[in-house]
Amino acid sequence: MSHTDVQAAITDVHRAEWARVVAALVRRFGDLDLAEEAAAEAFAAAVERWPADGLPPNPGAWLTLTATRMAIDRIRREAKRDGKQREARMLQDDTASEAVGVVEDERLRLIFTCCHPALAMPSRVALTLRMVGGLTVAEIARVFLVRETAMGQRITRAKAKIKAARIPCRVPSAEDLPARVGGVLAVLFLVFNEGYLATGPDSDPLRGDLTAEAIRLTRLLGALLPADGEVTGLLALMLLTEARRPARLSASGELVALDEQDRGRWDGDLITEGHRLVRGRLAAAAAGIAPGRYQILAAINAVHTSARDIRDTDWSQVVALYDQLVGLDRSPIIVLNRAIAVAELDGPQVALAAVDRLADVLAGYHAYHATRADLLRRLGRVPESRAAYSKAIDLAGNTAEIAHLTRRRDDLR
Amino acid sequence: MQYLVSVIHDSRDPSSVEAEAAEQAAIDVFNARLQDEGHWVFAGGLGVPDNATVIDNRGGDAVVTDGPFVESKEFLVGFWIIDAPDLDVALRLGAEGSKACNRKIEVRPFL
Repeated sequence: MSHTDVQAAITDVHRAEWARVVAALVRRFGDLDLAEEAAAEAFAAAVERWPADGLPPNPGAWLTLTATRMAIDRIRREAKRDGKQREARMLQDDTASEAVGVVEDERLRLIFTCCHPALAMPSRVALTLRMVGGLTVAEIARVFLVRETAMGQRITRAKAKIKAARIPCRVPSAEDLPARVGGVLAVLFLVFNEGYLATGPDSDPLRGDLTAEAIRLTRLLGALLPADGEVTGLLALMLLTEARRPARLSASGELVALDEQDRGRWDGDLITEGHRLVRGRLAAAAAGIAPGRYQILAAINAVHTSARDIRDTDWSQVVALYDQLVGLDRSPIIVLNRAIAVAELDGPQVALAAVDRLADVLAGYHAYHATRADLLRRLGRVPESRAAYSKAIDLAGNTAEIAHLTRRRDDLR
Repeated sequence: MQYLVSVIHDSRDPSSVEAEAAEQAAIDVFNARLQDEGHWVFAGGLGVPDNATVIDNRGGDAVVTDGPFVESKEFLVGFWIIDAPDLDVALRLGAEGSKACNRKIEVRPFL
């Protein structure tokens, strides 16, 4: 195996095994900090030794065993320094061999701990990307455009709270499970959305690294909770959204709206997989299991990705799905998106009336003004449209979206 | 593991006699449950902050000041100390306590 092959293999093993190694150590030692550091040391040891020694037959087992030894060494060193003997119990309980090829739900427990509602949302996202996703602190800092030291402190604070307040590392009880799964999905959706349309001007407008990471973690959650329709729904939503990414950015770096995208560039494999997942959820809905918001959003995206072009889209189906969604969640952003579909079905005048009713709550949201601008443009109300585009451009942060809105404004006649 | 459940009063409106009686009845039910299930350590209600006295004896000469150490619209009106195996249990009890006393609460671990 060449040096490059070993490097690539280590990268693959890191993706596949990181969460498993961390989760096994958390279960064994009950300490996130220790688990994370020992796992990082074990991977560093792999980088050092595997190119010379070759890959071990079971890389995951090698890593878990190495990390466990490193954790024990660390506990011994600290015990010696503190002059205490409290480590005795941990060291006698030798479950390292059992921790190999472990039950899947260790990672699930870790996910629920990282996404605990007693942690602030940014901490949940950062901790999940670090402990489950295996991203480095520097990589996570780049995601949020904050300094590495600030991100390091945020993660350290979150780990300290988990320890001090005794946030448990376990799958929540049946009564809490739906709400807690919802919390995990919110974290994954946030990561995905930042990749789908980066909020700030200082990063690439579309972040394939983040959408890929969100999809990977959602797949993992789906494998751990196969019966949860909302996890499947979110995965389908992400796949059907990600499928359009190749067509969402023009050669000049401008965001391309759905109606102008070259649908031939959509990723057919992702669409096939997403449609298959949506069909599975439709069958469940037909059997009487009411779909949640992610499943409905996935179904809306399935309608879009089934159409050959924008005119071929089944807009009455899209509006009906939005009606169902509004029944679950009357958030103004959902009402806004419904209005965009209404414009295709009942015309821009009807849609504009619905959008204008959101003025109070969405005045600071760029998409509200961009939607109004587009509807006003279609109604021939040029000066009002231009003003709305300008307002949207002022509020937008994504460079590709600003380029798109600017062209639309400059094209007004 | 012990947690302090602080009861935070954040309204200037005096509550009616009926409302207070209903709150006290609900708190009694909640307290009985804490005791039955082995979570009870201690609980108490506090007088208004206006009746507090601050003492600073760090300099050797005890300085006594009338009133609370910090003026705030929100203040502590009572607390529970509960025993719970982890934060999930403490938060579930805290949520029920908040409903019983009709106020927001803060759950904080002891060292």
